[in-house]
Amino acid sequence: MSESVVTLDRVSVTYGKQRALRDVSAVFPKGAVGLLGPNGAGKSTMLKSLLGFVKPDSGTLNVLGLNVADKPLEVRSRLGYMPESEAHIPGMNAVSFVAYCGQLSGLPKADAMQRAHEVLYYVGLGEARYRNVETYSTGMKQRIKLAQALVHDPDLLFLDEPTNGMDPKGRDEMLELIRDLAHNKGVNLILSSHLLPDVEYTCDHVVVMDKGTVATFGTIEALKGPAGRVYEVRVKGELPTFIAALKAAGLEASETDEDVMRVFVPGVPAGAGEDQQRICGVALSAGVQVRHLKPSLPTLEDVFARAIGEA
Amino acid sequence: MSPIHDQSYRRYQGARNMSGSAWAVIAWSGIRAMLAKRAYLGLVIFSWVPFIVNAVRIYVAANYPQAGAFFGISPNTFRQFLESQGVFVFFMTVWAGAGLIANDRRANALQIYLSKPLLRSEYIGGKLAVLVAFLVNVTLIPGLLLLLLQIAFSGNFDFIRANAYLVPAVILGSLVQVIVASTTMLALSSLSKSSRYAALLYTGAIFFTDAVFGAVRVITGNTRMAWLSISANMGQVTDVIFRQTPKYETPWIVSLMVLLALVALSISVLERRVRGVEVVS
Repeated sequence: MSESVVTLDRVSVTYGKQRALRDVSAVFPKGAVGLLGPNGAGKSTMLKSLLGFVKPDSGTLNVLGLNVADKPLEVRSRLGYMPESEAHIPGMNAVSFVAYCGQLSGLPKADAMQRAHEVLYYVGLGEARYRNVETYSTGMKQRIKLAQALVHDPDLLFLDEPTNGMDPKGRDEMLELIRDLAHNKGVNLILSSHLLPDVEYTCDHVVVMDKGTVATFGTIEALKGPAGRVYEVRVKGELPTFIAALKAAGLEASETDEDVMRVFVPGVPAGAGEDQQRICGVALSAGVQVRHLKPSLPTLEDVFARAIGEA
Repeated sequence: MSPIHDQSYRRYQGARNMSGSAWAVIAWSGIRAMLAKRAYLGLVIFSWVPFIVNAVRIYVAANYPQAGAFFGISPNTFRQFLESQGVFVFFMTVWAGAGLIANDRRANALQIYLSKPLLRSEYIGGKLAVLVAFLVNVTLIPGLLLLLLQIAFSGNFDFIRANAYLVPAVILGSLVQVIVASTTMLALSSLSKSSRYAALLYTGAIFFTDAVFGAVRVITGNTRMAWLSISANMGQVTDVIFRQTPKYETPWIVSLMVLLALVALSISVLERRVRGVEVVS
């Protein structure tokens, strides 16, 4: 695995009686990493622990080689954080707000102002930069949050649900920005989201969280597994009998709410069409008609569902 | 329209300041924001009217001995000046201080601030500095300037030599007012997301404690319970600082302890409320 930007070693965080993180150990490599999980999985808590907002009950957190507990200021000077909720400094226009954030991050006043203009153009708010942030639309507020996180040129960005509340066009533009930052500008980022397509489009790696633990992690490609070994199948006949027959034949299948079921064929295929013949053979022996059979490309949704036990 | 990312992003190669000066950035921004409000600027200018009146009084007393009996300058003049500035301290505290943290909490700005390389103490220090700057401007600075004017107009050091304690007294007396008002207001501001509610809380704290003391005074017929009132406690301590007999029967040390406890409580509230994440249990 490539060099890591964030490591967590047996980190536990508790809010009152609620355990938000349970002995979490994880390594986030350089590049764009998606932090996936259903609501309440512990994604935001993990980011807030890495920022030093939340003190873990146990365990150690390292960001860019620095221990968060020992050197919080050094860590935060190299981080950019785009919070999930709407957030701004009241009473300021966009350029003042972003320049102010630059100064708070240690940039000299003139540099902070220059960077504020540049970053606002970059996120697409150049024309609206003298407007008071409070008058911005939801999409613009998302962009200004990204701008304030970028102004001091961080080595690592934490993006917490960056496309929340955005219209489709704005969402696409935001994802383009995130992808550009990660792949062309050399900014490492951790994208926390419950929107799988957002993560799949922008990230190379993924960490899936569930109930305060890491359910799975790795590159998206590796987690998805080899293409063509999962098949979409629709049959006419007794479905439970067919599923039982598939399982007896060593294939994995499960009934779904939709009329198309997925069948996974383990092992290495003997030849072209071998898998399809096996499935049809099982269908024949189970007395059902195959109405639809085609290879299915595994998606991040499959990975996610498998990781959190919904598959 | 071309894709927005084509407008590019540059890495920053310039200097970075890691000297813990974020509090000054916060303070300066807060001061500028308040001075940009014309009405508030008017209040700041108007708060110097008592200074001008006292300066004229000192000039007349120093240059027209026959008017000395009417315009007599004594150590009590400086004590009274600080007391008269109390009304400006109150209005400025409410106006400038109520929204200092409340507005940040309303806009979820705390997580923006605290994700930057600054400590919570720097954030609180910066906000406190905004209030302290305005309050010092109506207490300490004009108080010391009046002493300087007394020397300048009289052309000698006789008065100041005879009352050398006045310099530290003006400094301490001002700081008592400034520190108590600013820490209390800031703590109350951190308790709410509404600046109006914070202003009401502060006004209530000042007037309610005064009212309670007034009622107890009527019932008991003495002033031993003056420690119940924030302003009475400040008055007691300031009287002692200016070597004057305290107005009320409450021992000054009790008043001082009450004020110290109030400041300690305010700091404790700030420590609990100023956090990057709000945990609702």
